[in-house]
Parts: sequence; C-alpha cells; structure tokens
Amino acid sequence: MVDHSSPPRPPLSTASLAIRLACIGGVVAAVAGAFAYVNGTFDPQRLQPKTLVNALETNNGIHPGFRRNHAKGVCVAGYFESSAEARAYSSAQVFNAARTPLIGRFALPSGNPYAPDSSVPIRSFAVQFSQANGQQWRTGMNSMPVFPVGTPEAFYQLLKAGAPDPATGKPNPANMPAFFAAHPEAAPFLAWVKTAKPSASYATETYNGINAFFLVGADGKRQAVRWAVVAQSQDAVGDTAPAGSDFLEKDLVQRLASGPLRWQLNLTLANPGDPLDDASKPWIGEHKILNAGTLVLQSSQAQADGDCRDINFDPLILPSGIEASNDPLLAARSAAYASSYLRRAAEVSPLHRTPQESKP
Amino acid sequence: MNAQPRFFAPLARLLHWLMALMIIAMLFIGAGLAASVSERHEWLIHLHKPLGIAILALVIVRLAVRFSTRQPPLPGDLPRWQVLAAKASHWLLYALMLVLPLLGWAMISAAGDPVMLSHSVQLPALVSANAPLFAVLRKAHGYLAYVLFFTVLLHLAAALFHGLIRRDGVLQSMTGTQD
Ligand code: HEM
Ligand code: HEM
Repeated sequence: MVDHSSPPRPPLSTASLAIRLACIGGVVAAVAGAFAYVNGTFDPQRLQPKTLVNALETNNGIHPGFRRNHAKGVCVAGYFESSAEARAYSSAQVFNAARTPLIGRFALPSGNPYAPDSSVPIRSFAVQFSQANGQQWRTGMNSMPVFPVGTPEAFYQLLKAGAPDPATGKPNPANMPAFFAAHPEAAPFLAWVKTAKPSASYATETYNGINAFFLVGADGKRQAVRWAVVAQSQDAVGDTAPAGSDFLEKDLVQRLASGPLRWQLNLTLANPGDPLDDASKPWIGEHKILNAGTLVLQSSQAQADGDCRDINFDPLILPSGIEASNDPLLAARSAAYASSYLRRAAEVSPLHRTPQESKP
Repeated sequence: MNAQPRFFAPLARLLHWLMALMIIAMLFIGAGLAASVSERHEWLIHLHKPLGIAILALVIVRLAVRFSTRQPPLPGDLPRWQVLAAKASHWLLYALMLVLPLLGWAMISAAGDPVMLSHSVQLPALVSANAPLFAVLRKAHGYLAYVLFFTVLLHLAAALFHGLIRRDGVLQSMTGTQD
C-alpha cells in the first residue's frame, strides 16, 4: 500500500523519545487508576453489594440456590383488586385497572433455609404486581413496623455483631448488646420486638413496606407514603407457634385449600415533617390512610419449583406512578438483592436437588 | 484511481469521538454502580441503561457509515504485526460496543425484570425469563466490559504512539487536524 499520509519526520532525540513515551504511559496509568478508584480496588473499606451479601453468608452459611436472606419461604399467586381511593394520588396502572395479577412469597427473615418457623417473631411477604402495560411493582414487606437501623452501614454493623466467632462458632454474646448500645435508633424496633411472638400463620399477619415511597399522580403531584398489607383473616390472631419447625407452609396450604386469603393494601400518607429517609423511625400521630384495594391469594407452590423462585423482589422495580424516596436503605437493598440474585441464579440446579424439608 | 483519503469521513469522526466519550463514561458508570450500595448505585443505573441503549443505536449507524465510506489507509511502513493488531483491535472494539448493550438488555430480560429506560419508557424483553441464563449473561456483561476497558486503553496508547512517536498521520486521520 502506498503511504500517502506520513511525510518523513526528523527522528526524535533520546530525551524527547523518553518524555513522549512517559507521557503515553502517564495518560494510560491515569485512566486505569481512575477506573480502579471507581471500582473500589483502592478502597477495600467501601461498603459494596458483595460486602453485605458476604456478611449474610458468614452468618447463615452458604446454601446454594437459596436467597442469602429470607431463605425459607413459599410461593403464592393471586390478584390485586383496586379500590378507587389511590387513583387521585398515583397514575400507576395497578391502582387504576380493576385487577392486576400478582405473584408473592412468604418467608422467614433469616438466611438459613432450615430455620425453625418459631425461631423468629418476624415473617415477610414479597409481592410482584404485573401490570397489563408490562410495568411491574415489586415490594418486600416485613411484619415489623420499623427497621432496626436507618442506614446500610449500620445494617452491616448489625450483621457483623451477629457473625459467628471463629473460635466458638457462635456469635459473641456481648456483641449484640454492644451494637444496640451504640445504635439508639434501634429503640422503636426493640420496643416492638419485646412484644412480638412467632405467629402460627402467615395469613394473620400485617406486613409493612417500612421504607417510604412517593405516589405520583397524573398531574405530577407527589405524595410520600408508607404502605402495608393488613390480613383480613383475623381468626386465631395471637395464636402462638405450635411445636415443630415447619408449620407455616402447611398452615398456608390448608387455608388456601378452603378458599382465597385476603389482605387490604393501606397507603399511609406522610404528614409534613415525617421522616422519609429513615426506616428506623415510626410515623407518629394521626395519619390519613388510603385503602387502595385488596390482595387476593388463591394458590401456593413450594419455592424450589415455584414461580417466585426466580424473582428478585428488588424494591426499586416500580411502575410509573410510584417512585423511590431518598431512604438510603432502598438503594442498598436494590444493590444487595442484585448480588444475592446473581449468586443464587447461577445455582438453581443444586436448589432443585435439595430436599425442602427442614433439617433439625 | 482516486487518491486515498487522509481522513475519516466527517460523520465517522463525529461518531468516533461522541461514542468514545459515551463508552468511557459507561465503563466508569458501570464499575462505579457495581461497587456501591449508596444512592449513587441508583442514579448511576438510571443513567446506565438509556446511555447504553443509545450506544447500541449509534453503533448500528456507525457500522453503516464504516461500510459506506472509505477509510484512510494505514502507513505503508507500519510493521505487519502492528497492522494486524490495529485491525483486530478495531473489530474487537466494534464487536464489544455492539455486544455489551445487547447483553445488558438481554440480562435484564432474562431476570424477568421489565427493561425500563426511564419511569415510563420500556423496551420489550429480548429473551424470556430464565435465571441460569441471567447468571451467564450478567457475568459476561461484567467480564466483557473489562475486556472493552483494556482494549480501549490499548487503543488509546496506540493512538498516542502514532501521534507522538511515529508522527505518521494516523492520529490526525481521526482528529481531522492538519499537521
Ligand atoms: C440494607 C438493608 C437490607 C439488606 C442488605 C437486605 C438484604 C436482603 C437480601 C440479600 C435478600 C435476598 C434477596 C434475593 O436473593 O432475592 C433480602 C430479602 C428480603 N428483604 Fe431485605 N435487606 C435489607 C433491608 C430490608 C428491609 C428494610 C426490608 C423491609 C421492608 C426488607 C425485606 C425483605 C424481604 C421481604 C425479603 C424477601 C424477599 C423474598 O421473599 O424473596 N429488607 N434482603
Ligand atoms: C457500551 C455499553 C455498556 C457498557 C460499557 C457497560 C458497562 C458495564 C460495567 C463496567 C458494569 C459493571 C460490571 C461489573 O462490575 O460486574 C455494568 C453493569 C451493568 N450494566 Fe452495563 N454496560 C453497557 C450497556 C448496558 C445496557 C444497555 C444495559 C441495560 C439496558 C446495562 C445494564 C447493566 C446492569 C443492570 C448492570 C449491573 C448492575 C448491578 O449488578 O447492580 N448495561 N455495565
């Protein structure tokens, strides 16, 4: 090929050549260094999604295929029937269509898939609403009204306080009291947990979204809310857990065999001054509560094969008409759930071979 | 016979520099969001998806421009291995800037998540929901993004080598400046 573009150039002196090579090296090193700074290579202390999920694995062990938190659970399916009450506040189709199909999952809030149902006084309920327009609303709710802490950093410290001591294989009993002494924001949670008992049924619980969100109306107006689903099966409320470690799923299957189960979706509107960015603080005093409609559950499936297995209940998967608040837990949850989801999605086949019965 | 062009076509140069900025930004945005649990994670991902899809649209235009315009030749005295390395790295860059956004789109689809580019703009799923496939695509998106980053670094070093050491007009063929 004939060279048209490069007329002969005078050769570079050794010094000039060295300077130019150093320039090239400098530019490349600067870009590579900036990249390494951004991806956390130089900053091993940075709280990353994997740091949180590794901490969950340290505390609960690694159970391939299972969620790294809320590992023991059961899938459910049904639909949401909207009332008219939320329509003025949110343009989301879920509040405007008569019915929206949903897939849900009840679970225990521990990363151990073999935890006895009576081991914790908390149950969780996660829901995916699939709107006809293709958008989705996913939410993970817990039976407590507030979260122990308000920031991912504090949550990480809480996980570390519960980490097994390598010497004994058990958490150091001094760690939790020390953690709570250093975290006065946990007081509302601790006050609640004192009165909480493991319930005998998933069907009698109220589940709270805990984090704040915004409803966004067709007119663009934003209203901060927290939501909760309140059980309408109020029989046997307060029944304490029976003996045995696996009664919740059996109870649910039995109840569904004799008819659908219902929850009312309540949207609590924030008053001016309510904290929107701190899930450890309750909203105190009179609040306007919208009854947005009814969740109706019709069937259940074991989670090893169920439709909820491969869903990441990322709280930031929201339809147009619902938006996130600046609660720092929301971004942290989204990031950590993605990391947990990636790990377990790669392990679906071992889960399938794992028997679902609890081990003693 | 027409003389060989000294410069890339003006549209090719515009696309080159625009996409260079966008791709470098995307690499930093992706690396930053994957290493963060703060609000940064959230707003970076809201930026990452539409910008990545814009790159996908632009690379299609760019390939069409690439095939329909004439490229300036490499200098005749360039060692053969450098000619091969230049050609191979250019095609690797094109392949990655096409494949990475497709992987991003496909992996969100495979997770069963709606592919939202904003509060209301939604793309159709590229593949149906399949968790093991998600895991493969998500890992490929991460690894290939790093391959792209190292290829970009090499490309940058080579361009500066042409501009500062060889001074053979190759860098100018893309900057469009006369020497
Ligand atoms: C920074 C704080 C938190 C971290 C790091 C965290 C972490 C996790 C992880 C890793 C999972 C498993 C996700 C998966 O593999 O799909 C999970 C599940 C869950 N989390 Fe959290 N979580 C946090 C805060 C919260 C809060 C505030 C709530 C309550 C409203 C909550 C409710 C749930 C529920 C209901 C599930 C189960 C979802 C399901 O059934 O699939 N989490 N969490
Ligand atoms: C040229 C285009 C793109 C580049 C250079 C790029 C680059 C990256 C990088 C470097 C990461 C971090 C990988 C890791 O550390 O594991 C990442 C993650 C990600 N990218 Fe992309 N990406 C591109 C296009 C896209 C597109 C078009 C989408 C979606 C529509 C997308 C969605 C994502 C998602 C969801 C993550 C992971 C977030 C998480 O795990 O929390 N990317 N990308």
